[in-house]
Formats: sequence, C-alpha cells, structure tokens
Amino acid sequence: MSEPANRTQSRLLLALLLIPGVLWLVLLILLPHVDLAILSLKPHAGAGTQQLSLSQYGTFFEEPLYWHVFVRTALVSGLSTLLTLLVAFPIAWTIAKIAKERTRSYLFLACLIPFWISETVRTLGWMILLRESGVLPALLVKLGITNAPIEMLYHDATILIGLVYTSLLFMVVPLVSSLESLDNSLIEAAYDLGGKGLTVLRTIVLPHAAPGITAGCIVVFMMTLGNYLTPTLLGGKNSQWFTEQIYTQFITRFNWEQGAAFGFLLLSLSVAMVWAGLKVSGQQFADVMRRA
Amino acid sequence: MNTPALDLELRDVIKRYGDHTAVNELSFAVPRGSFFSILGPSGCGKTTLLRMIAGFISPDSGDVYIGGVNMKNIAPNRRPVNMVFQQLALFPMMSVGENVAYGLARRGVARLEQKKKVADMLARVGLAGSENKPVDALSGGQRQRVAIARSLVLEPTLLLLDEPLGALDLKLREHMKLELKQLQAAFGTTFVYITHDQSEALVLSDRVAVMNNGRFEQIGSPQELYYAAATPFVASFVGANNRIDGVLKGIASGIGDVVTSTGVSFFAKISARASVGSTTQVFIRPESISLYRQQPSLSGQMSCYQGAVTSLLFDGANSSVLLQELTSGLEFRVALPQTGHLSDLKTGERVYFSFDPERALGYLAEPSTRV
Amino acid sequence: MNRFVAMVLTLSVTLSPSAFGDDSKRLRIISWADYVPADVAAQFKKETGISVEVTLSNNEEMISKLRATGGAGFDLAQPSQDRIIGAQREFSIYKPLDLTKVKLDQFVPSLLETTRKNTTVNGQTYGLPYLWGTDGLVVNTKRAQINDFLDLCKPDFKGKTAMRLKRPTMMAFAFALGKDPFALYGDPKAYSALMEQVGATLIACKRNIKFFYDNKDQLLNGFRSGEITAAMMWDSGGWKLNRENPDILYIAPKSGALGWLDTYAIPAKGRNDAGAYAWINFTMRPDVAARITKVIGSFTASKGADALVDPLLQAQFAKSLPDAALKNIKWYPAIPSGLEEMEGRILDRVKAAN
Repeated sequence: MSEPANRTQSRLLLALLLIPGVLWLVLLILLPHVDLAILSLKPHAGAGTQQLSLSQYGTFFEEPLYWHVFVRTALVSGLSTLLTLLVAFPIAWTIAKIAKERTRSYLFLACLIPFWISETVRTLGWMILLRESGVLPALLVKLGITNAPIEMLYHDATILIGLVYTSLLFMVVPLVSSLESLDNSLIEAAYDLGGKGLTVLRTIVLPHAAPGITAGCIVVFMMTLGNYLTPTLLGGKNSQWFTEQIYTQFITRFNWEQGAAFGFLLLSLSVAMVWAGLKVSGQQFADVMRRA
Repeated sequence: MNTPALDLELRDVIKRYGDHTAVNELSFAVPRGSFFSILGPSGCGKTTLLRMIAGFISPDSGDVYIGGVNMKNIAPNRRPVNMVFQQLALFPMMSVGENVAYGLARRGVARLEQKKKVADMLARVGLAGSENKPVDALSGGQRQRVAIARSLVLEPTLLLLDEPLGALDLKLREHMKLELKQLQAAFGTTFVYITHDQSEALVLSDRVAVMNNGRFEQIGSPQELYYAAATPFVASFVGANNRIDGVLKGIASGIGDVVTSTGVSFFAKISARASVGSTTQVFIRPESISLYRQQPSLSGQMSCYQGAVTSLLFDGANSSVLLQELTSGLEFRVALPQTGHLSDLKTGERVYFSFDPERALGYLAEPSTRV
Repeated sequence: MNRFVAMVLTLSVTLSPSAFGDDSKRLRIISWADYVPADVAAQFKKETGISVEVTLSNNEEMISKLRATGGAGFDLAQPSQDRIIGAQREFSIYKPLDLTKVKLDQFVPSLLETTRKNTTVNGQTYGLPYLWGTDGLVVNTKRAQINDFLDLCKPDFKGKTAMRLKRPTMMAFAFALGKDPFALYGDPKAYSALMEQVGATLIACKRNIKFFYDNKDQLLNGFRSGEITAAMMWDSGGWKLNRENPDILYIAPKSGALGWLDTYAIPAKGRNDAGAYAWINFTMRPDVAARITKVIGSFTASKGADALVDPLLQAQFAKSLPDAALKNIKWYPAIPSGLEEMEGRILDRVKAAN
C-alpha cells in the first residue's frame, strides 16, 4: 500500500473515532443550547410578531419578584456550598488522615449510601422525618422539649439541610483526594516549627487542598443552583427557587420563551460564579476539574 | 574540667504498642554540642524514640528532659527542638525564603527581622540569595540544606534528624555526610541523628547508640563500637564481620578455644559472660585476617587455617575475597592488603590465613539475636 | 461481505416500525391519575385487542407536552373543557373530532352541549365530555365550621389549610369576594384588577396555608394525619375522606362550587384515531362508566350510568350538592389567551410572599 493512501486511511479512522463524541457534543449540548438561546430572544408565542428582542430578559429585570428569587437562589446556594464545605471538611479529614483502612471504606460507604436511592425518595424521607405529624416533632414532644408537634418543613433552614445532605458526597470526594495527597510530615513539620492547629490549617492544609476545595465548591454550587426537587419539596409554599420559576414558565405558563431566558440567566450565573471562584482561589480550571 | 551540660536526657522511657514494646526502659544523656546517633535496623524503635523526643508521641512512662526541663505535657510546637524529616517535608507551596521564615513567623518575629535572619541563615548554609526560588527548583542537597536552615534559624537546643540522607543517591549521600558534619561543627547545636546506616553513624557521630528491640545494646564512640563491640548484635551490625559459631572448650588468660561442630578450633578474646561449655559466637573483622600463599610460620597462639577462594570482590581500596575454610566449610570474608599485594588471586586457589586472637571477640550466643 | 449484508438486513428488520408494535393495536392516553382504571383497560383489550398505555399528567403538562411535539406522542388526551380552545388557537395541538364515529346518544345531552359549545373553533369540534366534578371545600367538622373559601383565611386556622397554587383557586376566591371573574374575561383591564385583588387576598391568607398541594395524595394524607383542618378540594377526594372519617365533609361553598369538566380530545399527530373513538364509545357505555365512577368517585358524562352507581356515593353527592348548590355551580367558560400569563405572575407573587 502506498504512503498517501495509508495516511488517508488513518485520517478516515480518526474521523470515525471522533464521530460519536462530536455528535454528542453537537446534537445533545450545542444544538439545544442554540435553540434555547434563539427561543429566549423571541416574544411570547401568540403575540403576533416574530422579531427577535431582549424583551424576555427585560421582564426579568422589570419584575422584582424574578430577580429577587434569582438573587435568593444564588445566595442560598452560596451559603449551602459553604455549609457543605464546613461539614464535609472534618469528614474528609477523618477519612483521609485519621481513619484506618477499614473504617475509611465504611465512612466512604456511609457517604455513598444515600445515593443508592433516588433523590425524590431521599427528599420524601426528610419530609417524613420533619413534617408536623412526622418522626422528629413527635420525638421532641415525647422528650418534653416542645408542647405540641411543630412544623419543621417549609423553612429556609430545612432547604439548607436538604441541600447540604444532597451535595455532601460531591464535596467529600475531591477533599479526600486532595487531603490524602498531603504528606503527614508536612503537618508535623509545621507543628514542629511552632505552628498551632489553626495556623497549620491556614498555612499548610488549606493551600495544599485548595484545588480540591475549589473543585468541590464549584460542583456543589452548580448542583445546588440547578437543584429542583429538594428546594421545591422541602421549601413547600416558601421555596422560591429559580429552577422552579423556570419549570413554571415552561410547564404551567407555556411561556417557553421566558423559561429559556431564565435558563440562560441561570447558566450565566453559574459560569460567572465558577470564574469568580477560580479567580479568588487562584486556581487553574483544568487543574481543578482533574480533582473533581 | 566541668561535667558538660546535658541537652537531652531520657530517664526510664517506655512506649508500648499493644504487646509490642517499641521502646523499653531507655535512659541516656546527650551532652551539649555533640553529634549523637542512634543506629539500628528498621523496627528497632528508633523512630518512636525520636518522635517522643520531638513530642509527637508521649511515653507510657519515664521522662524526657531537654536543656534540663521536663518535657511532660509540652506540645511539639512548644519544645525547644526541631526536626529534619526523612523526606525533608519542605513546604511545596512556599518559596525557600518562606520555608525558612515559617518558624520565625510563628514566633511573631517582625518581618524585617525575619528577612535578615533568613538571609543570614541561607548564607551560612551556602544558599545566599535563594529566598525567592521555589522549593522544587532545588537539588537534593540544596533541599536538605534548606530543611536544616529552616530548623536551625530557630536556634533550637536540639536538632533531630530522621534519616535525612535516606532518599539521596550514593554519591550525594557521601557528600552530604561531610556537609552535615561541617554544619554541626559550625553551629555547635546538639544533633540527634537516627539512621540504619552504620557508615553514616560512624562517620558523623561523636557518640553512637546501637539500638535493638527497644533497647540500647551499647553506647560509645564509633571506635569503641567497632573495635570493642559489647554484644554479638553490635559486632554483627556495626561494620563487616565474620561469624563463627561453636562451643567454648577452655580459657587461658582471656583467650578461649571455641570449637565448631565440625571440630575446628578458633581462638578469641572471650567476654565475661561466656564460660567454658557455653555456646559461643566469635566475630573477626575481614581486615584482621592475614592471607598467605605459602604456609606461614606463626608464633604463640596464632593458628593457621587453609581455605579455597570462592569469589573475588574487587572494590578498589575495599577489595576482599571470600574463602571457604577447608575443614569446617565456614565462609570467611578477608580484606585484601591495600598494597595491591595478592590482587592476582584466582577463584579456586588454595590460600592460608590466620588472625590474632586478641582481635577476635567471642560472646555468649544469644539465640534471639536478629542479624 | 455476506456477513455484512446479513447484519444490515437484521438491523433493518429489527429497526423497522413494525418491530415496535402495530400502532392500531395500542392506544397512548395522556390523562389524570385514576382516569383509566386497570380493569376497564383490561376489558377493552379483551374486546378490541387494543392495549392502553397511560401517561399521568395535568392540564398544564398535557398542553406543554403536546406543544413540545406539535401534538405527537399520544393518541388521546383528556384536558379540561375550558383549556382546549386557547391551546388549540395558539399551538394547534389537536385534530377536529369526527362526530360520526361517536355514539353521541350515550352522552348526557346537557354536558355534551356545554362541551361542544366551549370546544368548537371555526365550526370544528375538538372535545367531548368525559368526567365532571366540582371544586369546593373539605372540612373536618370536628375542628371547624366554614361556609366559604374566604373562611379558610380565618385567623384560627393558621398553618392548617391547603389549596392549589393554580388558577381554580383564583377563580374561587374571586367568586368568594363577590365578583364574577368569568364575566370579566372580555375586559382584560377589569379582570386584571380583580386578579390583583385576589392575589392580595391570597398573600394575606398565606400564613394559614400549610402547603400548596400539587398531588392528591399529599392533600389526602394531610387530612388523614390531622395536619390539615380545611382545604379547597375537589368533591371526590372529599367523599373518599368522608368514607374513612365521617367527620370530614365535602361542602359546596356559599359563593358556589366551581364546576370542571374533563374531556376527550385527539392530539394532532395521534396515530390511532380508530382506537381513540373505540375507547370513547367503550367508556361511555353505562356499565363501563359506572365502574369508572366507582374507582374515581366522580360522575361521567354517560347517560344512565348514574343509576348504576354505588348508593353511598349517590347519598354523599346529594348531601354535598343539594339542588340549590347544584344550580349555583360556576362552570368554566373557555379561557381567552393571554389571561393565564397575567394570572401566572400574580401566582408567582403569592408564592414569593412571606
């Protein structure tokens, strides 16, 4: 076989190998987004005109309700990410540095088990525990802490608990992997040179774990921002989550154009926060994603 | 002359892990300004001992005094001790200067003062002007110097070194040995050094403790350990040695006649614990054995043995041969004379050899001794 | 080479439409929970050979799903009668019904007439009546006495009531406020003002609301556990609770119960119209319709089926909806397009209020 023919063949092979990936990228990611982007620039169907405009985005800024919910979603997501980090760090530290081989796998398992059942069932589980006629309020009455069962659902705190619970694993995993790679002798050396617990954490542990922390925070923040079930079910009448707003626009109001615009606003928020997170922590995107 | 001040003193220190006694009732003292090594095989308890001195683990009983102060309940970050770790444990997220300044910053030393001290210290270890270099841009030897500088800048009473040369290649190790010795001499700080490498211990130390199974077998100068090992373990662990197992048949003016199971007699200076009839181990160093092509005429108690050359181990000035003694079948390692005489020996050649019984040491055999 | 050809042939055979089943032998219905009882579907299959596949949904989702596919994916839908014309005008998701294929004499004439009137565009009819019922009040009479929707907002029921965050609630409260929202459909400005007033009323009422329910079990369990004392609810749910606990009653509010009527409609790209008509004629048979009523607890549009219904249900019906209440039922007229978007924003505000 001649040399050029051979080259053509290998090029053909390369093209064939790339096809599934490219198709996936174009058909399932690129096209729907382009479609939604165009949709978000159209006026509401039935209004007559078909001219592209920013009116759907305008509605978002004109109606205080929408951007209130938007800002609230962003703030609560940020708070929940921070709480998740605070809860996950000691767990990850225990798994990576303190637990013995066996305990370590059990601890990992304990973090993983909730994910064996669907998010709906998990959230309903929380509802059974926390509702007025549920397990926890009954227990509080029995222990004499409250006189009558109290409603523990439908509060912001409930939403936060649910969100932290749902995202814990996604914070623990990158944290464990980055803490595991921290040489114990570095911590000992820091102590030996006169460091105290918090100083060692600040000067040695956190800088070393920074890529893992950033990765965990980005993943958790994005998951929380895009979560629909947990805030809706646990927040009940007061949930006010932006994804719910998008769902309502698409499904209840038939206002796909508005829903698409909201979707893009949420996407931009996500991107902006990831960018800001990387800037603040001084991390490289590729490096962080490898950790995640 | 005054008794020298003690920088480190341990009294009856015990540390157990379950059934295993890692450190068994150890007591010793290290005088100010000396280079003290703890030499032992891995698992002998030397790392546990070092970590108790540093404060990372606390003894089950007994006391550690540093600079005359009892260290009980004093955390590692408050002890006047610093440690150079096995892998050096330089902070990779910091520059050389930040590494050296780390301890100063923890002590709240003002920034300008820090800068000055760091610069001085780096200059003293031959790394002047390297403050802003990242740690991983340094060579192995430079990294070690930074690790030592990082500790010494705090002017500790005691510097602990946990096999810092272990990770280096041979050539660099030889070089760093010299550097360590010079640094210690220059700073005058008391060094406590642990290693499993007898050559490091012998070259560097003023005094060496040989550790085995949680106890010190012997503490002494390198020369004492080498020439007057107190136990068979020390004899076999420190330097190369030939071992002969036999039964002590008789003693005359300190020199005993040890007979192997094959009936060959070897004469050696017998330690106090061995008595006639006891199982005895005799150690004779390769360089204490003389080789002859022709049967020599020997005086006094010198015996002559005949052996066949089984292999030649050429190593320049340290060349030696392996011989098999013809009657007992025992293998002997014998150093070749540095003159180059006998360097033409061939495998299979028959030779004669002998040694001075005063240079051979016989001990009561300790069945539990691991070598 | 031969192997390659064989492989292609095998693939093309397995992928051909026939491999997925004959379209005329299956009927894909998008409908509400319980609207297709399993034993009724089984009998239908026995009689016609057509198997029924059900997708559970509600009015808004039905429209959204059909809109997404341009009316494909289902062979029969069951939206409420007032939600057909608007959706049809905007999205063209249904096809006109061929009334010659339907046994019209099986229907209750008044219901048939109302539905035809409300679902006809340009002389084409898009809906036939299936099942009707009312939205009113369900109350645990041991704990409370209420007469009208506004009573749900009385201070003694803090955190003890429930309703849906949907347009029927807005209509109910508008009537309770003494207005007629349906009469204002043609006057967007006045209608909008009324809805603002309703929104304000609901926001003021929010502290009383335990949850806005969006599935029936959530509400039923709320009553069963005692968490809910009174709620705006549909009649059959109230009767179901009444059978379990006689203290719980369904009552028609003083301002009038809201009457809803769900229909049969054929999606624009339905593939089995014959099957759909067969199902319509089958389910309107009095014997079949009576069985459906037994499962759902609501009455169908089948003439003569009511006589076959369980006497207990008939008694419950008579008690909850005496003649005066029956006459006072407010039936939904078809919604002009555009109203729902405005209502939606008000509902969003209610949701966001604290």
